[in-house]
Amino acid sequence: MDKFDTLTGIAAPLPLVNVDTDMIIPKQFLKTIKRTGLGVNLFDEMRYDDDGNENPDFVLNQPGYREAEILVAGENFGCGSSREHAPWAIKDFGIRCVIAPSFADIFFNNCFKNGILPIALPQEQVDLLMKDAEKGQNARMTVDLEAQTVTTSDGEVIRFDIDPFRKHCLLNGLDDIALTLEKAPAIDAFEAQAAQARPWV
Amino acid sequence: MSGKTLYDKIWDAHLVHEAEDGSSLLYIDRHLVHEVTSPQAFEGLRMSGRKVRAPEKTIAVPDHNVPTDEGRAKGIENEESRIQVEALDTNARAFGVHYYPVSDVRQGIVHIIGPEQGWTLPGMTIVCGDSHTATHGAFGALAHGIGTSEVEHVLATQTLIQSKSKNMKVEITGTLPPGVTAKDITLTIIGRTGTAGGTGYVIEYCGEAIRALSMEGRMTVCNMAIEGGARAGLIAPDETTFDYVKGRPHAPKGAQWEAAMAWWKTLYSDDDAHWDKVVTIDASEIAPVVTWGTSPEDVLPIDAVVPDPASFAGGKVSAAKRSLDYMGLTPGTKLSDIAIDTVFIGSCTNGRIEDLREVARIMEGRRVKEGIRAMIVPGSGLVRAQAEEEGIADQLKAAGFEWRMAGCSMCLGMNPDQLKPGERCASTSNRNFEGRQGRGGRTHLMSPAMAAAAAITGRLTDVRDLA
Ligand code: SF4
Repeated sequence: MDKFDTLTGIAAPLPLVNVDTDMIIPKQFLKTIKRTGLGVNLFDEMRYDDDGNENPDFVLNQPGYREAEILVAGENFGCGSSREHAPWAIKDFGIRCVIAPSFADIFFNNCFKNGILPIALPQEQVDLLMKDAEKGQNARMTVDLEAQTVTTSDGEVIRFDIDPFRKHCLLNGLDDIALTLEKAPAIDAFEAQAAQARPWV
Repeated sequence: MSGKTLYDKIWDAHLVHEAEDGSSLLYIDRHLVHEVTSPQAFEGLRMSGRKVRAPEKTIAVPDHNVPTDEGRAKGIENEESRIQVEALDTNARAFGVHYYPVSDVRQGIVHIIGPEQGWTLPGMTIVCGDSHTATHGAFGALAHGIGTSEVEHVLATQTLIQSKSKNMKVEITGTLPPGVTAKDITLTIIGRTGTAGGTGYVIEYCGEAIRALSMEGRMTVCNMAIEGGARAGLIAPDETTFDYVKGRPHAPKGAQWEAAMAWWKTLYSDDDAHWDKVVTIDASEIAPVVTWGTSPEDVLPIDAVVPDPASFAGGKVSAAKRSLDYMGLTPGTKLSDIAIDTVFIGSCTNGRIEDLREVARIMEGRRVKEGIRAMIVPGSGLVRAQAEEEGIADQLKAAGFEWRMAGCSMCLGMNPDQLKPGERCASTSNRNFEGRQGRGGRTHLMSPAMAAAAAITGRLTDVRDLA
């Protein structure tokens, strides 16, 4: 998994509540054999019209936000199904950090599995960041995971909380697999012993 | 201290590491892979530059998407299906795992070919990105389904992060009456305990009636442990198991066989083992059963009538109403009066040679009723070949059955074999969910013998009346 330490980038404002996983990636894109490639269909129904043309009003279609790496959104972000395709699509688009007042539980967990940092902050602070994001491409925010801070383009610093274990995993790019691989000596030892005890396996 | 269950013994023998929070790292002896749940897992390996840790313990086969017509070697028409199968092909070769492509006679449903090839052995831990991995429990192996993230985890580490389930014993005492089979046992259990009755447990099936079953029958029983909500189902290995395993291509040979046998013979639950839940059923009370609704727990003996939803309690009342609506059935109708138009014999529940022999036995001197579409989809290319050699294929074709190539087929209708809206099917598969065999299709689950009986009369039929 990709590490996450600090990120300075454009933040896109998406002032909607209850952004669900169907909005993030509609179900017709789930038959894919890939985790990647879903970025072009991120927010598909809001982003394109029925003929597949870009909707110029949608934030990620606007010139200042095409390279956004941070998303600022309303409460209960990521509700709906457990599909891991939602974080896959967000990441594939290039967004590594989502800031909102609250997140749906499964989506929140899925983010960490995919190297995305979800930051939950009180509504007033999200409002402040939303305003900052609305300034466009010259307003770059900085997210510092080690220091647990978000810094606005004006230099205002906001602190956020995160579970220490998850922070450790993100900072070091550790996913479940990486964590298990840290136990490789134990697996090696088990295999050696099992090869003696049950050589036919 | 009390003794250990079979599950405890297999668990302990595979424990790599135990964390304070109770989550454990379990070593996986066999990893079975099919085309639907593996593409993202292999891609994950690629993106992180990881390898398959134990390709020699990993077996891949396409089964869910493959067409079952003889022309399939020319390619798969449906683009998404073709891409999924091609992805498995590429991944299996690139990562060097054992692989049975569509063109290989050994290809078939993953849960049929594992045992057939001797990959499945007593005392193993076996996983697959597929819930019916429980099938392999028939050998006294701890076998269960996993998700795509876990598939990647097992590919990369040959281990799985798990917490231990509780122990449940399901004992079938006595002997089965004539005309009653393993499928009737497993459906009857689910009818009694419900689809959540096994939630949180690993079930061990035991008792005289289970001991008397062939390996094929035991696989049928364990296959549906998952429909009963359990993580896995197990049957302690015995001479029946050892006889089945011996001589299979990947079974141990010579001195290794002796060593394996020495361990396998210790694989049983101790008399003083602790059970968190016990269910006992008298085999003599089990009748040939069929399902009437859209949940595998909607089971009744064939001589019963369609139940009145009002006879249930709680949320089941509205669920039963909805089921009957979907199934197009009226309460009070005799189950044996329900006309069918399709018969599906196959799946990882009942696609083995013994199942086909049973169908052939019932069909002896009889024909599929005019107007009924009846298909037989052998669970593997080798089952198909054996049935052809035994003359079963010719007999069944002459009796009016379609004789297909191996795969999952109409069990879930990911390939072209699907029910049309409103079509009613007597099926030997394991799930009767809405739309499972095709949008709007209506599924009645039953044994191969009962499905053959339905093919003959064109309605749900008590096979004992034909004998
Ligand atoms: S036969 Fe049916 S239940 Fe078995 S693996 Fe295939 S789709 Fe799943």
